Formats: sequence, C-alpha cells, structure tokens
Amino acid sequence: MTQNHLLEVKGLKKAFDVSEGFFKRKKQFLYAVDGLDFFVDKGETLGIVGESGCGKSTTGNLIGQLLEPTEGEIIFQGEDLTKLKGETLRKKRAEIQMVFQDPFSSLNPRMRVFDLIAEPLRTHQSLSKQELNDRVHELMDLVGLNRSYTNRFPHEFSGGQRQRIGIARAISLNPKLIICDEPVSALDVSIQSQILNLLAKLQKELNLTFIFIGHGLPAVKHISNRIAVMYLGKIVELTTKEKLFQNPKHPYTEGLLSAVPIPDPMQRNVEDRKLLEGDIPSPANPPSGCNFHTRCPYAQDICSKVEPAFEEKEPGQYAACHFPLNDGKGIISPKKEMLIGNGIFH
Amino acid sequence: MSEELLNIKNLKTYFHTENGIVPSVDDVSITINKGETLAIVGESGSGKSVTSLSIMRLIDSPGKIEEGEILFNGKDIVPVPMKEMRALRGNDIAMIFQEPLTSLNPVFTIGNQMSESIKLHQKKNKKEAKKLSIEMLQKVGIPRADKVFDSFPHSLSGGMRQRVMIAMALSCNPQLLIADEPTTALDVTIQAQILKLMKNLVTELNTSILLITHDLGVVAEMADRVVVMYAGQVVEETDVFTLFQDPKHPYTKGLMDSTPKIHELKDELSSIPGAVPSPLDYPKGCRFIDRCPFAMKKCAEEHPNLEEILPKHSVRCWLHEEKVVDLHDTKSFA
Repeated sequence: MTQNHLLEVKGLKKAFDVSEGFFKRKKQFLYAVDGLDFFVDKGETLGIVGESGCGKSTTGNLIGQLLEPTEGEIIFQGEDLTKLKGETLRKKRAEIQMVFQDPFSSLNPRMRVFDLIAEPLRTHQSLSKQELNDRVHELMDLVGLNRSYTNRFPHEFSGGQRQRIGIARAISLNPKLIICDEPVSALDVSIQSQILNLLAKLQKELNLTFIFIGHGLPAVKHISNRIAVMYLGKIVELTTKEKLFQNPKHPYTEGLLSAVPIPDPMQRNVEDRKLLEGDIPSPANPPSGCNFHTRCPYAQDICSKVEPAFEEKEPGQYAACHFPLNDGKGIISPKKEMLIGNGIFH
Repeated sequence: MSEELLNIKNLKTYFHTENGIVPSVDDVSITINKGETLAIVGESGSGKSVTSLSIMRLIDSPGKIEEGEILFNGKDIVPVPMKEMRALRGNDIAMIFQEPLTSLNPVFTIGNQMSESIKLHQKKNKKEAKKLSIEMLQKVGIPRADKVFDSFPHSLSGGMRQRVMIAMALSCNPQLLIADEPTTALDVTIQAQILKLMKNLVTELNTSILLITHDLGVVAEMADRVVVMYAGQVVEETDVFTLFQDPKHPYTKGLMDSTPKIHELKDELSSIPGAVPSPLDYPKGCRFIDRCPFAMKKCAEEHPNLEEILPKHSVRCWLHEEKVVDLHDTKSFA
C-alpha cells in the first residue's frame, strides 16, 4: 500500500539529451536512470551503491527535485511530486533535504556559518530574530559545532566541520527525508566515522529517514537497513543488508562485494575471490538484454537477448537476473551471523 | 635478511610559506628491502605524499629537503645533481599517481608517451620501443594493445589509464615503484583488478613497492610492512599482521576502530574526536595529544621518540615507556 511507505518510486526514468551533429540532428539519449521501482519506509535508511555512471546520484537528484524525471512517479507521503507545481511543490520540497559530497563547493564561501544555517529557516519560516538565533544555536549543538563559530566563514573549517554545517542546514526545517549523496567520500577515515555516527544519532533523535548514496560499500553497509545495488541505470538487487552481504542473488553484487578490500591481512585471498573482468560499458550505449551480461561470469545465451525482470526471488530479496545465484558468495558467512544472533559473539 | 634497497634517514622536508615554516616531513626514517611492499598510511596532511615526492626529488620551491639522507642502493641521492637524478627517475625509481588523467599528456598518444621513456632510458630505437610498449600494455591486461598504442588518453577509461600508467612505470624495469594512492580514483571492481595486477607484476619482476594510501583495506591486502604517519612523523612501524592484530599507537588503534568492518555483520564504529593539528602550530609534546584517550601529563610536556618497544615494532608513544601496554585491554575510544 502506498500509504504505508514514506516514499515510493515507480518506473522512474531520466534521459539526458546527448545528441550530436549540426543542429543536433543525430538524436541520441542517455538513460542515466532507466526504470526504478522501490520504496523507503519511515525511519529506515536505504543505501544505494554502485560504480561511477550507474545513476545513483541522478536518482538522488530526481527524488530531491533537483532534476525533472522523464517518466515515472515519485510518491512522497501519498502525493506524486512530479505532478506538483509552484507553491505546493516548494512546501513539499522543504520536507526532503540533501547533504552533498563536497563540503567545499556546496557552501557559499561568502556567507558566515550563522547565515548558512539560517538561510533555509529565513526562506521557509518566519521567525523572530530571537527565535532564529535560538534555532541556529540549537542546530549547531545538535551537529556538534561549537556555538562560538557562528561568525566564521566556511574556509576556516576542516572538511568534517563543513560537512556538519551542511547537515545542520539539511535538518533545519525538520525534514522527513534526507538524501545523503556520498556525504563521507571526501573525508579522512577518522572524520568519516565521526560523520557516520552523527548521522545515526540524528536519525534516532529526530526520527529521520535517509537515502544514503555511496560508492564506498563499507560506509553504506554501516548505516543502511536495506541496500539497492545499481548498475547502468537499473537496480539489479535490493534487499536487507544481512541478505545482501551473506547471500547475494545477483552476480554483479557478488563481484562488487568480493572486490572490496577487507581490512584484515589474515583474509587476503585474492585468488578465490570472484573478481569481475572488464570495464563498465558506456551508459550511452548499454548492452542488449541484461546490461550486465558483458561482464557476467555466468552469462548464457538468453542474457544477451532478453532483459530480466526485477522481481522478488526470495521473500524480501529482489533481483533482476535470469539465473539468480543460490549459493552466491557473500563476505559475511551466515553461520557466524547465527552465532551473533544467539548472543555468543557479544 | 633481505637486502636493503632504499634507506631514508632522518628526512626533513619543510615548506617555507608566508605564514611560517610547515614541517611536512619531520624526521622520517624508513627502509624498504628488495622485493618488499611497504605501505605508508596516513590521513591528509600526514606527510605521506611529500615523503614520496622527496624520494623522487620532486619538491619544488617553497619546499626544500632540509636535512637527512635518502640512500638508494647505498648511495645518497639528496645531493645528486638534477641531470643524474633524471637518469634515475623512470629508470630505477618509477612513480604512479592517483589521478591518471592528469599525469598523462592529453595531446600525445599513449604510444608516443610510452616509447619516449623507453627510448630515453634504454637506448632503443623507435621500432624496438614500440614493440616493448605493446608487450607491456599486454602484460597489464589491456585488450587490443596495438590499437591502444595509437589512441589518446581521453578515449580510455580510468581503469585503463591507470593500467597504462603502470605499464609505463614498469617498462624500464625499475627497482622501486612508488604508488601514490594508485586506486583511490577508481571504482571498487576496477580497484580490485589493479591491485591484483600490481601484486602479480611485483612477484614476477621482483620490484619493491612503496604504497601510499589512506585505505586500511588496501594496506591489509597488499603490504608486507606498514608505516603509520601522523602530522609529518612516523608514529608506528611494523609488519602488516602485527599491526592489525596488535596496534600499539593510540592513533593506529583509533584508525582501525573507525574503519567500518565490511566483513562482519555487527560493526560498531568509534571515532577519533577532533582533527589533525595545524602544521604551523604543532603542540610541544605529542602531536596526537588533543585526540588521544590515553593522554598523560608527560605527553603535553615532552615529545615522544620512535622507540622499538618489541622486536621489529616501533612506536612513538609515552604509553609504552615503562612496560608495553596492550591497547585492546584498556579503555577504548569513545
């Protein structure tokens, strides 16, 4: 039921015009996002992972209303955002906020911290000077910024601090949904964990829902409840974090998981890993049939001809594959998880 | 004991900026043996890249190697004139960088750029150079190597470009390969391919690697020995297995605890509070003091030295002064 989900995306597509030639006579379209169906429930975190060019950021921008979809519906709290216009859209938009990757280019260098955080409040709410002051200070406390920093400029801060400013801006209007587009990719390891922990804390305290986009699997795994794996504009697998890491159904997920270097030298065993061969094809000219068949170690005849449907292969585990894996090699063994579940590993 | 290839002794590389002197590399000593892979781990500003550029003597004004020796095969290369250094670069010591697009010249073909160094260093003619280039391209797993030889950098993907860089770096059979964040700009599936390729080539050609990275996963996969740098100094050095099992410096421990564990379902993430201090204003005592949960009175007063507290395990920390402490037992990071 639509009503139960905070956000539901149906058949979402976005095409970019990449026509060439004199007066663009050679018409060509690049489908950055090519038919997505998923939902996000209140209070959960949906992770979206994939390699460059898979359309994960475009997906975030479409939901955040920064891009207009070519086709499809984005149903947020029961209303289709693609049909809204003007003032109603502007109001709705306040409830969906974004946190961007690069904290250096996403903050206006000429604005002070106070004004940066106050900007969305001034635009959307009419607060008295005192109320605005209190709210900004409250937000700064929430994200762990020292109140004495209000008059500083962004360049005086480190990457982690800037990301905190970006997060304060995003939560200032009490949004329901926050789209985090690679929020920790540009940060150092020790700072990454600070920001990830901050996001988790805010989610709990403010009852937020996150869409967390990232190419770094470890960070996405850490914060997400469910994870969608994208490849060339399509979701190839969508399931809970546990199922994805223990028993992936799609060969691409399997390859993606085994490519992640494990921070434990005892486990270096590149030899029995299932490394993917070749490069990601150009999204302007995707392969026929299943678009992963050019790199898939299990590909058969049908794969290059018929596009597989994105369907539930096991309860709660969706994949788009003609031959879903039964013994997909995850990087967490299910046995160990049982022990954790029984409390032995605590 | 294996033979020493590179021995850096008390290297100091300082940058003289308008705001004061920045000690980017401050008294760093590192050795690399033949056939060994040494990883330098650290965050931005730790001095890991400047260390590698110092080895190549690629430090430009306002930077300067102030003190120290860099012994390559026993010979100090710090005072060597630039002409001699050029013969060494590319031939004996090769380097690959993080961003392969900016390190390849966009207006020359791949083949042109590859043969240039081969012709220069190996005294080969054009035909031989072309043959060797294509051989190297095949070796790094580039399909249609003869076609790629004639193409321009922009027509290749990031992974392919990095393969070209590796082929170029290894074409003169260097004894030392410096890889500065070689896979940071690449996607994970491509990263895995490149790491595997580097590993295989090193075993085949017996090249030593100095791997510079911030990714503990890459370190765990590739390195024999690890040097952890913080604020321009080495804070811990040991073999890769010991480092991951039993880190002795609070910073190393904090770094590991703040890395999400991809291979475990339950992963609790602790983080190191605060940020790296400004290089213009390092504290008098230990440079990690503001972020350290174990900080004592002595840490603020005296700067710790890098001491070998266990066989082949050096740490720069007062905590182990009297007896070696197990960091797993003591209170952890908040």
